[in-house]
Amino acid sequence: SIYYYRKPKTKRAKRFLEKREPKLNENTKNAMLIRGGNANLTVTEVLKDIYAVKKPFAVLYKRKNITRPFEDQTSLEFFSKKSDCSLFLFGSHNKKRPNNLIIGRMFDYHVLDMIELGVEKFVSLKDIKNSKCPEGTKPMLIFAGDMFDVNQEYSRLKSLLIDFFRGPTVPSIRLAGLEYVLHFTAVDGKIYMRSYKVLLKKSGCRIPRIELEEMGPSLDLVMRRTHLASDDLYKLSLKQPKGLKPKKKKNISHDAFGTTYGQIHMQKQDLSKLLTRKMKGLRKRPAEKSAEDGGATPKKSKSA
Amino acid sequence: MAAVRVEAMLAAAEEQEAEKRRSITVEKELELEYDLGNLLATDRNPPPAAALRGAGPRREALLQALARDNTQLLVSQLWELPAERAGGAGGPLVAQLPEPTFPLPREKPPPKPRPPTRWEQFARLKGIRRKKKTSLVWDEQAKEWRRRWGYRRAGGDPSRAWLAEVPAGADPEEDQFARLRREKRERVARNELNRLRNLARAHRAGSAVPAAPLHPTGHQDRDELRRVARVARVSTASLGRFQPRLPKEPAEPPSRSGGKKRRFEPLLGNLAAERSRQLELLRDMGSKKPVLDITRAVNKQLRQEEAEAAAANKGKKQSKRGKRGRRQQRPG
Repeated sequence: SIYYYRKPKTKRAKRFLEKREPKLNENTKNAMLIRGGNANLTVTEVLKDIYAVKKPFAVLYKRKNITRPFEDQTSLEFFSKKSDCSLFLFGSHNKKRPNNLIIGRMFDYHVLDMIELGVEKFVSLKDIKNSKCPEGTKPMLIFAGDMFDVNQEYSRLKSLLIDFFRGPTVPSIRLAGLEYVLHFTAVDGKIYMRSYKVLLKKSGCRIPRIELEEMGPSLDLVMRRTHLASDDLYKLSLKQPKGLKPKKKKNISHDAFGTTYGQIHMQKQDLSKLLTRKMKGLRKRPAEKSAEDGGATPKKSKSA
Repeated sequence: MAAVRVEAMLAAAEEQEAEKRRSITVEKELELEYDLGNLLATDRNPPPAAALRGAGPRREALLQALARDNTQLLVSQLWELPAERAGGAGGPLVAQLPEPTFPLPREKPPPKPRPPTRWEQFARLKGIRRKKKTSLVWDEQAKEWRRRWGYRRAGGDPSRAWLAEVPAGADPEEDQFARLRREKRERVARNELNRLRNLARAHRAGSAVPAAPLHPTGHQDRDELRRVARVARVSTASLGRFQPRLPKEPAEPPSRSGGKKRRFEPLLGNLAAERSRQLELLRDMGSKKPVLDITRAVNKQLRQEEAEAAAANKGKKQSKRGKRGRRQQRPG
């Protein structure tokens, strides 16, 4: 327990504060979806759709907030502290930057990375009349295009998008429940984000054949301004505490092919009594056996 | 004749197998990179830019085809994972996901370990280790295993104790029960005070709180007040030289200025001390023995090196202490 600035007076308050403490294994990141002072219909629809995808790990603010994230980050940080959200998506619209989305993340309630994206085309969940997958499905994420590895801004964007959409980390997953896939293609200076519902069809063998059905929001994005964290701050944020490393088991080693080697320590064996092959002739007869035991364990005869 | 038919049948069967497998194979120039813990796949192949520059529906179809191929590859990888049927034979097929490997920044900085309490420091110094105590104790009177403390403890309920012996050398008129109650209250209060002190020390160490405010807050302890009074005295224009003292304060500040060269003793004070000092100086100048004792210096250096080596080893060893070290570090 830490020394609180204001000591919690109830157990519920204490649990609330403990949930927000820095921990070894962190909680799933929450996202806050904010409308700017001059958000238009498109941008609002985008925010609503992303909220539907990210439920329950998102907070959608209903009212418009008149802030400019690239100029002043204090109000964002205040919201982040109040709602314990470390991801945010801010939508605004003006003549110079139409249909603007600022996607960003926080570290220790301070802005780490912010990337401004322009929405060129948007098809909403409502406009595509297909069946949707249930809320809270963990999506599969696919990034296509070499821009995501070559360009530093694109690779930060990729990291941001993974952080945003990945959902809770689970140890195991139901194979039939892999229903949702988000596909990001970077081509020609644009990023195409498409969401599909996955249909698993029978193929001849165990692995099913995939058919896709376009389902969710589809966005055509173009990168505008960026505010990326400096390298050392980013490295600091990536640092994992030592307790998370899996404990190294002594005596076990792996080689390049994946074979596991270990050393077994045996007690000293009497090599003269070792039997390497079963030879029927060498099998001890019952008489010899009892002679060896010294008659210590005679067979019990059933009493009539 | 039969042989040819058999061969034909085998060929047909193989053709069918290949057909089935073809439906799930995807041809790619570069292999995808997978992070199955995050259900993530990265396709490094440059997408067909010219085709995608075209108009709407064709672009969508192309994107969907690309997505289908990539998803097929990812799902094939996921299906290769070790899977089992959760909840018995009829349950859903569940795959064990590995740890996510893609480096993502944390939300908050990792928690700092709590600094050791006064007892923990002392125990580490003395090498005292925790004795593992059994949770149940045999109670002779009740003839069963009872808890060591708590509800229905082994020694019976202490508040119902009906006999309190007068210890040897105590006042016969004293109320023993009242004494026991008072002592328990004092013990509890002292324990609570120490716990809060440890917490405050931990909080102070962690948050780098600046020095105490110069005005009395009512929550300061003796040494803090002394420090603050000293700072206040020296914060005058003449650095505290003409500051009047309180009746019980020590006359001279105990060499706060520190060092031999800043000790300004009065000129005509102690004649005997002056004489002895001068004679000692002459003796040292005249003696043949060197002022620097080589053996002492060497021993001091060796001891310092040993202490440094021990500190370095201790640092390494402490991180290896594993379960025990971690158990002692659990929050109180």
